[in-house]
Amino acid sequence: MGLRAFFDRLEPQFTKGGKYEKYFPLYEMVESFIYTPKTVTTVAPHARSYIDMKRIMTYVVLATVPCILFGLYNTGLQTNLAIAELGPSGWRAAIIEALGIGFNPANPLANMLHGLLYFLPIYIVTLVAGGIFEVIFAVVRRHEVNEGFLVTSMLYTLIMPATAPLWQVALGIIFGVVIGKEVFGGTGKNFLNPALVGRAFLYFAYPAQMSGDTVWTPVDGFSGATALAVGASDGYAALPAHGITWMDAFIGTIQGCLGETSTIACLIGLVFLLATRIANWRLIVGCLAGMIAFSSLLNWIGSDSNPMFAMPWYWHLVLGGYAFGLVFMVTEPVSASHTNVGRYIYGALIGFMVVMIRVINPAFPEGMMLAILFGNVFAPLIDYFVIQANIKRRAKRNA
Amino acid sequence: MEGLVSLAVKAVFIENLALSFFLGMCTFLAVSKKISTAMGLGISVMVVQALTVPANNLLLNYLLAPGALAWAGFGDVDLTFLGLISYIGVIAALVQILEMILDKYFPPLYNALGVYLPLITVNCAILGGSLFMVERSYNFAEAATYGVSSGFGWALAITAMAGVREKLKYSDIPDGLQGLGITFITAGLMAMAFMSFSGVKL
Repeated sequence: MGLRAFFDRLEPQFTKGGKYEKYFPLYEMVESFIYTPKTVTTVAPHARSYIDMKRIMTYVVLATVPCILFGLYNTGLQTNLAIAELGPSGWRAAIIEALGIGFNPANPLANMLHGLLYFLPIYIVTLVAGGIFEVIFAVVRRHEVNEGFLVTSMLYTLIMPATAPLWQVALGIIFGVVIGKEVFGGTGKNFLNPALVGRAFLYFAYPAQMSGDTVWTPVDGFSGATALAVGASDGYAALPAHGITWMDAFIGTIQGCLGETSTIACLIGLVFLLATRIANWRLIVGCLAGMIAFSSLLNWIGSDSNPMFAMPWYWHLVLGGYAFGLVFMVTEPVSASHTNVGRYIYGALIGFMVVMIRVINPAFPEGMMLAILFGNVFAPLIDYFVIQANIKRRAKRNA
Repeated sequence: MEGLVSLAVKAVFIENLALSFFLGMCTFLAVSKKISTAMGLGISVMVVQALTVPANNLLLNYLLAPGALAWAGFGDVDLTFLGLISYIGVIAALVQILEMILDKYFPPLYNALGVYLPLITVNCAILGGSLFMVERSYNFAEAATYGVSSGFGWALAITAMAGVREKLKYSDIPDGLQGLGITFITAGLMAMAFMSFSGVKL
């Protein structure tokens, strides 16, 4: 227990009266990252549970692992496929050539490595830039730096396009952490999902680098529309002709953000989150129901001019960020509704909104992110009405 | 009919008076502390808007617009320069009537709204609604639809705002930002969420 002894020796320096009292959040961050937090509940009621904030947040990060792995593979795959046509360029290609691994898209290892070279810079910049501001706020405002930031930074990285300029990545996460979360007092006190706030901020501020046809695969001169963009212009029936079958979209070998293309990886994460009861199944049911009901309604209405009307729900499920948002963003407990009935309504609102934005709004083919933000705004109101209805019902029953 | 429906959707979501044009900010920020009050104010704005926009539309088309006075024998008179002051007059009169009705029949709401009810008179969302009506030359049916739906959009925005602010009571907001500061930030973030509609063509 050399490490434990080291921490025990350091601790008095950081606790009240110590030399570095101000920097206690920093000490606490490192210590609780390695060891279980020592704090115990001192006031009644003493609910016995092993689930604390640290464990919840760590579980969510664990649940993203399939998405990360697949994201690495797919980013590398898309890049290597494009390189086969256009030729390699840039420092990443130089590294790969120096290692002698090559750009063969049929080689999973080469794909993973190439993907890693895109994933890592974005992730490191996110951690450093966001982390600095997180720590500044923690030190000045004397709250803890908790594992919530790990979740935020991971989700944020996974919804970035691979070509995102790193300074924009930094700007976005700083905006998300400071304006989306810290000005409200830190984790658990915000009303919007900080990762989405950062992403949406970039989306509106720098649309050229955050959406379109050229941003998804990081090879100069390569232009590949996302499946949703193809669906919006030619209809979903044309997707197989563009080389995208439903199975491709389900597995995730399509154009898209770093880690959100694979529906199956997201579903593995979902199973994990549901099994550990981190995610509330009511939110998932609500969101699926809303999406299926509204897209079926639009299928039934039909439209001559807008091919998106005809897209069936099982395509909506696998395209764009729907699955990723459903699993990791809709289920975020802080910004969702807190009542059980409210959760169904909240989920359904998001499901409805995502289809509506995708189908009716040609400006934003990627609807999931904005739909969730919209749901976040109305979540407290949904709770309010659910609670009011409960009060009324009880008053009636006891009258 | 279809045109009216899309006009209504547009007025509620895409061109939301509060979150897309930022009209009526003073009341939007000041009366959004409690959901019940905010809903009351939202409904009164909606009622006032639903009455004033069509009323001003009639005023414009039968008194002020060039040639509108033809029925009285003044076919070449153009009174549009009186527009602004007449719209404000109509709004003030209608708010006064609404205030008396609320005082008589819904005293709790009347007391809750307090000074903000007379202030609806100078609420820029209300005047803005009438001016948009003039600028976009709506006919009477369109003006009525626009009045109801833009008022509803504003009411929706302020109620959602109040919901968020009630939730934020449990937040730990830095001293310097408490009160109006955080409310402005919240309004900005809400506007970002409402931007999901910008670009919708109806």
